[in-house]
Amino acid sequence: MEKRLKVRQIKDKLFTVVMALFSIAIILPLFFIIFYIVRNGAVEIDWHFITSLPKPVGEIGGISNAIVGTTELIGIATLIAIPIALFTGIYMKEFEKSKLAAVVSSLTDLLQGVPSIVIGIVCYLWIVLPLRSFSLLSGSVALAIMMLPMIIKSTYHSLKLVPDSLKEASLALGTPYYRTVMKVIVPAASSGIITGIILSISRVAGETAPLLFTAFGNPFMNLNITKPVNSLPLLIFNYATSPFSDWQKQAWGASLILIIMVSALNLASKIMEHKWKTTY
Amino acid sequence: MENDILKIENFYAYYGTICILQNINLRFTKNHAISILGPSGCGKTTLLRCINRMHELADDASIKGKILLSGKDIYDTEPMLIRRRIGMVFQKPNPFPTMNIYDNVIAGYKLNSIKLKRSESDKIVEESLIKADLWEQVRDNLYKRGTFLSGGQQQRLCIARALAMKPDILLLDEATASLDPKATSNIEKLINQLKHSITIIVVTHNIAQAARVSDYTAFLYSGELIEFGKTGDLFTIPKDKRTEEYLTGKFG
Amino acid sequence: MNQTEISCKDYRLRNLDEQGSSTTRKETLFRFFLIAAAIISVSIVMGIFVSLLFGSWKSINEFGLNFIWSSTWNPAAKQFGALPFIIGTLSTSFLALLISAPFSFASAIYLSLYLKNGWFSGLLKFSVELLAGIPSIIYGFWGLFVLVPIVRSFEIKLGFIPYGVGVVTASIILAIMIIPFASSMASEVIKLVPQDLKEAGFAMGATRFEVIKNIILPYASGGIFSGILLAFGRAFGETMAVTMVIGNSNIIPKNIFSPANSMASVIANEFTEARGNLYLSSLIEIGLLLFIISFIVNAIGNRIMKKMTVKK
Ligand SMILES: Nc1ncnc2c1ncn2[C@@H]1O[C@H](COP(=O)(O)OP(=O)(O)O)[C@@H](O)[C@H]1O
Ligand SMILES: [Mg+2]
Repeated sequence: MEKRLKVRQIKDKLFTVVMALFSIAIILPLFFIIFYIVRNGAVEIDWHFITSLPKPVGEIGGISNAIVGTTELIGIATLIAIPIALFTGIYMKEFEKSKLAAVVSSLTDLLQGVPSIVIGIVCYLWIVLPLRSFSLLSGSVALAIMMLPMIIKSTYHSLKLVPDSLKEASLALGTPYYRTVMKVIVPAASSGIITGIILSISRVAGETAPLLFTAFGNPFMNLNITKPVNSLPLLIFNYATSPFSDWQKQAWGASLILIIMVSALNLASKIMEHKWKTTY
Repeated sequence: MENDILKIENFYAYYGTICILQNINLRFTKNHAISILGPSGCGKTTLLRCINRMHELADDASIKGKILLSGKDIYDTEPMLIRRRIGMVFQKPNPFPTMNIYDNVIAGYKLNSIKLKRSESDKIVEESLIKADLWEQVRDNLYKRGTFLSGGQQQRLCIARALAMKPDILLLDEATASLDPKATSNIEKLINQLKHSITIIVVTHNIAQAARVSDYTAFLYSGELIEFGKTGDLFTIPKDKRTEEYLTGKFG
Repeated sequence: MNQTEISCKDYRLRNLDEQGSSTTRKETLFRFFLIAAAIISVSIVMGIFVSLLFGSWKSINEFGLNFIWSSTWNPAAKQFGALPFIIGTLSTSFLALLISAPFSFASAIYLSLYLKNGWFSGLLKFSVELLAGIPSIIYGFWGLFVLVPIVRSFEIKLGFIPYGVGVVTASIILAIMIIPFASSMASEVIKLVPQDLKEAGFAMGATRFEVIKNIILPYASGGIFSGILLAFGRAFGETMAVTMVIGNSNIIPKNIFSPANSMASVIANEFTEARGNLYLSSLIEIGLLLFIISFIVNAIGNRIMKKMTVKK
């Protein structure tokens, strides 16, 4: 009996150690990746790198067009996604029992699982073919479609947390239904909704696949919505797979900037979530 | 009867096919406090919600009969107008969490996009808070969130919010149920003050509270109005056996 | 004093809407907007499917089911068979799942049963979240410059042709990428096991290992299956990281060290250069296949997860 207990305890200890080791092992690649990017990227980044345009191989250029392009893509995508996603989320909450809400719910789950490259194909068919040109617009629409399910879900879940008593309080003051929703319920859920929006931006900021045949990339600065545009992930892809070591080095710099951008957005969403929480 | 501000005539309320209120007939005199008494689930909340047309917010809700406010059927009017004239305070305090105290009080105007001059709205906020007996406690913190107040203070904030609309009738649905004894007695005092200038309908299942605050009492039992009369009369010589049983604690 | 009209004391409260247009009209408009948004969202998803179907019509017509079984992908000869890519996708995804499984499982167990709080669990959670936030292009880039040389040196030692790129490299990168998702999935699943069930186990004197083995795993088996399915759903559609390290070879890989191509990668590589309608249509059909697989995998996975949640 004694001996069996010993064996059991040893087994337990062993298991604990193995679990701990495996858990620690997950942190390793993270450190590796961050280490490489910071080490190789930091030396590339200076004012010139951020503010000048790419130059031909041999000359030292920058990535300003990609930084601006990513900002444009994200900005337009957010403008497209927010109204559709916000209202869809409100619809799902307010008409929870309707058939359409059930359909929306399962299709949003589905959309979230669709590989991003597929969304790239579709935006090529929808926008690039008719306009006969790769474009900022098509890239933005692709990113917007990717943002939709995330914002719809976070909106819906934040709205669900708002107690019904607030709706009643507002209606009991004689407030029409639409104002009750827009001025009481949505503001009460706003911290969750905004967190979701920021998180969705940080997710799509690093997307490459849906931009390959929509935004396409562009060595020049572009502010025209119907013309191709560069983005940080596209630039990293093109430079990293190029045979020129100068460009490869610049790709490390661009990667560092992209990671900082994405992490800052993630952090912002975390801060939103904790600090700005509405207490009911 | 000029003084009857609210008349309920042959009134029925339903959820789906279930009849919650049956053939209710009641008259409420202006500027008095009336309490509606009855065991849990007897339909008190439903009756209140019918009076300011909140009942119909449920998908399967329906009604039959008439409720007359100053002689006019409230079911012939825009529900929004009725709700502005008949304020309601709920069981659980529900100040708007995103608004400060000032905005909470003036919320009825803000939410309805009614533009007020700053001086006007200042006046309404001050008056309403004074009436709700909250002014002294919050006058220096008007721009703090309403949710930081204590439960009793939050409830008085909700009363002030309702009073700011200058309603004809104020409905209180077990407004003290979630409060401690001290806050409860403060709200009861408040009702006794307010009832001289506004008609107050108080739902409660606290018999003693009904006795303390109301001039008239209605006793509701499983959706039916069993008895209605002056509070003193109903409590001392109840006409119906069920009323007597309820008042002496035999059920409910 | 007799009021016969319904009127508010403040005249402004009488007007339902200061702006003039009636409230009911705005109310209707508001509902219309809500429904319109919902319909737009639905149509986007339907539109994706319909567009893919139309886009791949030529290829479906030309090759039929052969598209899936044929292993020749030869644009010059207008021969398009997706089997090499299907095998590339399946092998990298399964291998990635296999590699990531112990890590995600261990971290989930560790986080939810051993260390609920404390600095190490904080660090672990933070790392997992950071990992999840790193864009896939950066995984691919890092894989190409750091992992590929390492794999190459292994291949030399083991006597394989030292490509460096190939199925195994792609699988490792994929595994690192899906660990955060798989780990949070596993945590969800473990959370679904009722607390009293676990406590009953401990109360009987079982060690933690025994509770995990005899109570948690059997109870959570459905959840684990759906977690694996959903993690697979993540892995098989991943494009950039895989594209950069898989080798982009359009033939069926001979072994796990061979270069190959995945469905997503071949689209990424060849879409903009595809000349001719049939070529493009075939690539779109691969996209359609990805869409359909993601539909099936997510539908089944989510259904099981929902059922588990309800059961609890
Ligand atoms: N939304 C609803 N749908 C269906 N039945 C309801 C609903 N709300 C309340 N009821 C039923 O109506 C009856 C009266 O409820 P209520 O008016 O809340 O009682 P009270 O306030 O007196 O406790 C109860 O039997 C309750 O179950
Ligand atoms: Mg009640």
